[in-house]
Amino acid sequence: MDDVATLLRDASRDGQAVIPQGGGTKLDWGQPPRRADLMLSTARLDRVLEHAWADMTATVEAGCTVARLQHSLAEHGQRLACDPLWPERATIGGILATNDNGTLRARFGGLRDLIIGVTLVLPDGTVAKSGGKVVKNVAGYDLPKLATGSFGTLAVITQAVFRLHPLPHETRTLTFAATRVEPLCELALAIQGSQLAFVSLQVRADGSAEPALDVGFEGERAGLDSQQDELLRLAAKLRRVDPPPAVWRTREELWQGTEPAVTGTFSVLPTELRAFCAQVHEVSTAPALGWRVVAQGVGVGHFRLEGATSDALVAPLQRLRAAAERRGGTLVVLVGPEDLKARLDVWGSPGDALPLFQRVKQQLDPQGTLSPGRFVGGL
Amino acid sequence: MMDPRILDRFRAIVGGDGLLTEPEQLRTYECDGLTNFRVLPSAVVLPTTTEQVQATVRVCHEAHIPFVARGSGTGLSGGALPIEHGIVISLARMVRILEVDIPNARVVVEPGVLNLSVTEAVAPAYFYAPDPSSQQVCSIGGNVAENSGGAHCLKYGFTTTHVLGLEVVLPDGSLVHLGGTTLDRPGYDLCGVFVGSEGTLGIATKVILRVVRRPALIQTLLAAFNSTNEAGAAVSGIIAAGVLPAAIEMMDNLAIQAAEAAVHANYPDCGGLLLVELDGPAAEVAALMTQVRAICTSCGAWELRVAQSEEERAAVWKGRKAAFAAMGRISPNYIVQDGVIPRTALPEVMSEIARLSGQAGLRVANVFHAGDGNLHPLVLYDARIEGQERRAERLAFSILELCVKAGGSITGEHGVGEEKKAFMSVMFAEPDLDTMQRVRCAFDPERLSNPTKVFPRPRLCAEKPGPYQPHPLETAGIAQLF
Ligand SMILES: Cc1cc2nc3c(=O)[nH]c(=O)nc-3n(C[C@H](O)[C@H](O)[C@H](O)COP(=O)(O)OP(=O)(O)OC[C@H]3O[C@@H](n4cnc5c(N)ncnc54)[C@H](O)[C@@H]3O)c2cc1C
Repeated sequence: MDDVATLLRDASRDGQAVIPQGGGTKLDWGQPPRRADLMLSTARLDRVLEHAWADMTATVEAGCTVARLQHSLAEHGQRLACDPLWPERATIGGILATNDNGTLRARFGGLRDLIIGVTLVLPDGTVAKSGGKVVKNVAGYDLPKLATGSFGTLAVITQAVFRLHPLPHETRTLTFAATRVEPLCELALAIQGSQLAFVSLQVRADGSAEPALDVGFEGERAGLDSQQDELLRLAAKLRRVDPPPAVWRTREELWQGTEPAVTGTFSVLPTELRAFCAQVHEVSTAPALGWRVVAQGVGVGHFRLEGATSDALVAPLQRLRAAAERRGGTLVVLVGPEDLKARLDVWGSPGDALPLFQRVKQQLDPQGTLSPGRFVGGL
Repeated sequence: MMDPRILDRFRAIVGGDGLLTEPEQLRTYECDGLTNFRVLPSAVVLPTTTEQVQATVRVCHEAHIPFVARGSGTGLSGGALPIEHGIVISLARMVRILEVDIPNARVVVEPGVLNLSVTEAVAPAYFYAPDPSSQQVCSIGGNVAENSGGAHCLKYGFTTTHVLGLEVVLPDGSLVHLGGTTLDRPGYDLCGVFVGSEGTLGIATKVILRVVRRPALIQTLLAAFNSTNEAGAAVSGIIAAGVLPAAIEMMDNLAIQAAEAAVHANYPDCGGLLLVELDGPAAEVAALMTQVRAICTSCGAWELRVAQSEEERAAVWKGRKAAFAAMGRISPNYIVQDGVIPRTALPEVMSEIARLSGQAGLRVANVFHAGDGNLHPLVLYDARIEGQERRAERLAFSILELCVKAGGSITGEHGVGEEKKAFMSVMFAEPDLDTMQRVRCAFDPERLSNPTKVFPRPRLCAEKPGPYQPHPLETAGIAQLF
């Protein structure tokens, strides 16, 4: 941690740009930084510092991989109730910086709801803590939330404290298929409006296979059985099929396929999911694009578009973004050809808060040392 | 006295009936729920629209007048305490529910809307989960500023989990939108930073909330133990078994007596009382209730009652929610304290509180959100007796120190406000506080929005940001720079 402080302080003094890096799984997300002089790897900050299992909290260093943390927590039957992408390689610092939430969010909230404390190193070498080790705490500003989703542009996260949840006794996934995505989205809404206590809810659709809806439950057998019965009643008109292997990791496949392609993320109101999926289909018809969507019932999801040229992707992306924004949603291009990223605002409009974002950046990283230009509005 | 020309400008914005300047009118606003701090503001402005808030704040900005936002004034840390020569901006007239979107479980409200009104607007199928005991009277704006908690936050999360977006008037009068109706908007999570900032970053004029589907079954177990230690062991047992109840509340004997005297809650007369609420699908609740009952029994519970109907549950909760006010029945004065400890430290901390209470010769009643380790020790005293108030304050503060020593926090839900700002240095080192204040400078460089609260010392925003200060570990020689 002190090494981090020294390195950052020296780099800002010398006007160098520093790119914090965890497992390196998402370094290409967002705009390429304007400048990169040093990569700061957290790989050696990889310890689980404390697992206060009786209090259900854990303190972990930023470079620890998600899988390692989970493995260590499992010794006491607990977990961080979050299932981000590529847990074997992704680090805690990385998932926090990119706010990479998984499918469990429907029940346990996002990372912002699970993190209760953070240690940050600012570019001037200041080491600052915020939050604490107890699940309930309102002393001072909530900087763990500021760090979450800041894409390494404000400070380097060196430690985080999380609230934990027990590992489930039993889990169950039910999958339904249909010829079109609409009835599946309808069912997703009906489930969210029901009294079912699901933990994950995911719609999968793509240009080549049948769309599907996955519903995940956790709990005791008796509870699961009766919830299953109720779900089957709700889904009476749909066909139940076997879930594919690693069903809750299928969104990882959106990073594979033919190139040129873009992989991005979107967020819409739950009721707009259906229209958004339909729109992805529509923008991919003429000229024909390969496409895939994996979306969570809460309205956030990932998509992939594959075209003959990166040019062919620009207009469809713009139409998709317009569709997402129609009712207050957003669309972000995470990964794609460099020329496309140069032509398209990958983050979309930051709205009227941009000047405030800039002032926050100015206060914490006045020299623009950390990942300059990577984030929204050139931050 | 405030310059009459300034008052005229306020009057032009909100009209004659939106501006209070008479001392007897101002008296109502001189304190919040923490009544031992009082300051008379120079004026109170009562806007009815966002534009009026903006215009009022612009006048303050130009004339360099500090302002304090106020919701219902039920805060317990002096957050809404006026600032001398400053004004109070009351949001009590911005009470419209702007949008109810049940399919998306979203509600958009103005800040003066009362907490309970949100639940009423979406009942019976949905509810607004954060439920402070003051929910019938406190405002959503105040909840946002304090990141308020409530019994059901154990399972559902605090206010911050349920606030998706905000419209905020910044201290220079400009308007920003933070967060929104959809999740994960790209950009810094300043909505998350604003929640819990106690009015120091600006004024929220619109709040986008998430509401929650009401579960199929709700059951509340009342379990009587001989001591809070036994009850505490049951709490740990329940959590260790992997059960996440909607709420777990604990009361000690003194708190029970007070609740009995005030609202006849019909609680068993015992040393430690637990309220455990389970909710969810019926089969799941049934299975978990069996498990919870067994754990309570094994920890020494000698009476178990399950409240099931809406009326039975309401009766059980009435005593708990009235607990603070009930203290008036057994003591002329009392201090409500709010500290947090890791749940496992409960037995130690409880016996230490008992020791301190004995030493001070003052009674302490205890009400807790036991599931998340949030203690509310109520220090009872009689202000008419010379020196008791001081002793009570000292006792309340030593309990806070105890919480920090146990690895906890000086406040779980009532905020730092005026009361606890000196204690921030007990919990945080200088660089920690300095970093928070840099964020404050981004919002409020001229320090106009509730400027004297939360932080022990103000930071001048004109200072070049980022002077390096050694971490305490470093100065103590525990860590060193290479
Ligand atoms: C009997 C009783 C029981 C209580 N129980 C609980 C409980 O269980 N849990 C809990 O968390 N709290 C509890 N409280 C404390 C209090 O009710 C909460 O802190 C509540 O959120 C305050 O709301 P208010 O509208 O009264 O805010 P106020 O007291 O008016 O203001 C509180 C703070 O919010 C700021 N503020 C108000 N409106 C705005 C706005 N629109 N924009 C920006 N800042 C604003 C003020 O400047 C101030 O700093 C209790 C209080 C009482 C009296």
